[in-house]
Amino acid sequence: MSPGPVSTEPPLLNVDALIDDPATQIVVCCGSGGVGKTTTAAALGLRAAESGRKVVVLTIDPARRLAQSLGLTELDNTPRPVTDIDASAGGSLHAMMLDMKRTFDEVVIAHSEPGKAEQILANPFYQAVSSSFAGTQEYMAMEKLGQLKAGAGTEDAPWDLIVVDTPPSRSALDFLDAPNRLGSFLDGRFIRLLTAPAKAGGRAGLKVFGVGVQIVTSTMTKVLGGQMLSDVQTFVNALDTMFGGFRERADETYRLLSEDGTAFLVVAAPERDALREASFFVDRLEADGMPLAGLVVNRIGRVSATGVTPSRALAAAESLEESGGPKSASNAAGLLRLHASLVRTAERQRELADRFSRSHPGIPVVQVPALGRDVHDLDGLREIGHALAGS
Amino acid sequence: MTTGPTDPSWARARLHVVTGKGGTGKTTVASAIALALASTPAHVLLTEVEGRQGISQTFDVPPLGTDETRVVRLPGGGEVVGLAIEPKAALLEYLQLFYKLGRAGKLLEKFGAIDFATTIAPGVRDVLLIGKIYEANRRRRDGKHKGDAPHVYDGIVLDAPPTGRIGRFLSVNAEVADLARVGPIASQASSITRLLESEQTVVHLVTLLEEMPVQETLEAIDDLRAKGLHPGAIIVNMVREPLLDDTALEQAREGRLHKPSIRTQLGEAGVKATPELVDGLLEEARDHAQRIDLEREQLALLEATGLPIVQLPALPGGVDSGSVRELADLLVPLFVRHAGVGPGSGRVRA
Repeated sequence: MSPGPVSTEPPLLNVDALIDDPATQIVVCCGSGGVGKTTTAAALGLRAAESGRKVVVLTIDPARRLAQSLGLTELDNTPRPVTDIDASAGGSLHAMMLDMKRTFDEVVIAHSEPGKAEQILANPFYQAVSSSFAGTQEYMAMEKLGQLKAGAGTEDAPWDLIVVDTPPSRSALDFLDAPNRLGSFLDGRFIRLLTAPAKAGGRAGLKVFGVGVQIVTSTMTKVLGGQMLSDVQTFVNALDTMFGGFRERADETYRLLSEDGTAFLVVAAPERDALREASFFVDRLEADGMPLAGLVVNRIGRVSATGVTPSRALAAAESLEESGGPKSASNAAGLLRLHASLVRTAERQRELADRFSRSHPGIPVVQVPALGRDVHDLDGLREIGHALAGS
Repeated sequence: MTTGPTDPSWARARLHVVTGKGGTGKTTVASAIALALASTPAHVLLTEVEGRQGISQTFDVPPLGTDETRVVRLPGGGEVVGLAIEPKAALLEYLQLFYKLGRAGKLLEKFGAIDFATTIAPGVRDVLLIGKIYEANRRRRDGKHKGDAPHVYDGIVLDAPPTGRIGRFLSVNAEVADLARVGPIASQASSITRLLESEQTVVHLVTLLEEMPVQETLEAIDDLRAKGLHPGAIIVNMVREPLLDDTALEQAREGRLHKPSIRTQLGEAGVKATPELVDGLLEEARDHAQRIDLEREQLALLEATGLPIVQLPALPGGVDSGSVRELADLLVPLFVRHAGVGPGSGRVRA
């Protein structure tokens, strides 16, 4: 190993190089809730489109006004072209919002015979799993990503770059774990236990599992109620033919994510908790051999004035306030106090970001300053895109 | 600062559910509410259900297990007990309690039935999580769950899932009703629903004065009301006081702050007023004014809900176990009825 630099200065994340490289086909924006993932994904998609890429942005749960800025007025699970972009470089932009239930329904319909599909869609257990299972949104985001990739390059789906925003999970890691969790549920011992009797034509199947089974099923029946278990059984049996398909597709999408054409952008706010989540995610991506492009530290406090330190500014503010001077004196004092607090906030945020970089040396970072207002038009997204590019 | 009704109908609530969009400081606020309630003095249980160990980080104590563990003792004798509720452990405990399972418990685990029930079966997980709180709420000091003995806990605070999921989390009954129509899970769900819909339970919403969290807060309030649950207070977190008065803010917004006199004043105070400094300060003032405008718009939207609103200041050094006590002191007036009565009451810091 050659000796590396001791300095903690991280390499600058070059977003433009990433999106301008035709080999980049998927960019996944991930991070904990409330850090600006969706805005980052939208801004990046717009910037790529205006520099000539044909882009589709898959958002999960955008703020209403952000969605409107992209021309998304309804949640219809289909990519819609975003007009009003600067297409002079030959690019295009589509955007869509994920409807997880609908995506799940489509998978069921696509993979089963007509009569069976209806039976599944009507099953109460299916309805609950497809609209509320903790991992369904993540799984369906993966599924949709797979679909967008598979269908790319046609007239209706001209994109060559997919930018994905990940669901607002409890933990950023859920996005990577959920498909596997659903997969292991479908392949799990308990499900085999539930389906075995039916498959083997009755009680004979139970022998495979021995005496424990009866204790298990009778306890579950007591606790959950017989109806629930029988709904699950119907659901599982109806889905049986599709299981292989589900599992395979989840594996395939997972593989897609680890390929060279994919880049993960971890998004964090300059706060302790968000950066801790970012740390977990970065470690996990590395452990799984996933291609990590870098970290976006979002909404760093903006400082415009130069030439006075916070302590100097506060001392001056105090002397102005004590002097009992004219209105302009108290205004000047206010400006100095404001400046001092902005600098202190920015310093603390930088320190948190530096701490991340010290424990993850070599990971490219870009710091994006906070805008004075919320983003809800293309101009705002352009401004963010500009900052993402480090300019 | 508290605005809106200050003696709300829920002043006697026992279960305080705290929700908020990710990043709003939900766990910090839940911890501060627990401290405020404990200050009367009282025994308060603070619970979390998302496996984040947020309580242990906030109070700087070792990670919480599935046992109720004291995390803070206040000078007046009040205390906060922490509990990280974990669905698997809750289910096994529940089965043990009601079915005296023994070997079958291990078998269930081995066959993946526990995993199934706690991760896949919709609603069951939430029934188990809230069920644990339901039990703690009823528990008396003599160990029984009914009778005249005083409650073990005078109040319970739940650091709940975020606003996007809170309605569903709390409407466990509707969730399981379609699936588990009979059996103990279904009847447990009904008892839990009675508690959640009663006046004993209020749901507090933590937000920032930013568009997205406020929007989610308003949607959550509508959702909770539609489901027959009781929204409590809105806690606006990380509020920054304006550093300029309204006249100056208006001038700053329109770029009309008088540059020469600002420059003169800076000079008077011994600051070298370079053009870069003066222009920069005015730009910062304009950003500040715009941010304040936006915050006031958002605050007006929250006020229209008619709920009490408490504003908590941004903590310059971030959150630690000391600063959460400062926040708790600010919550005391709203959360503690008759604050100031009795020894050591209504004050969290020593």
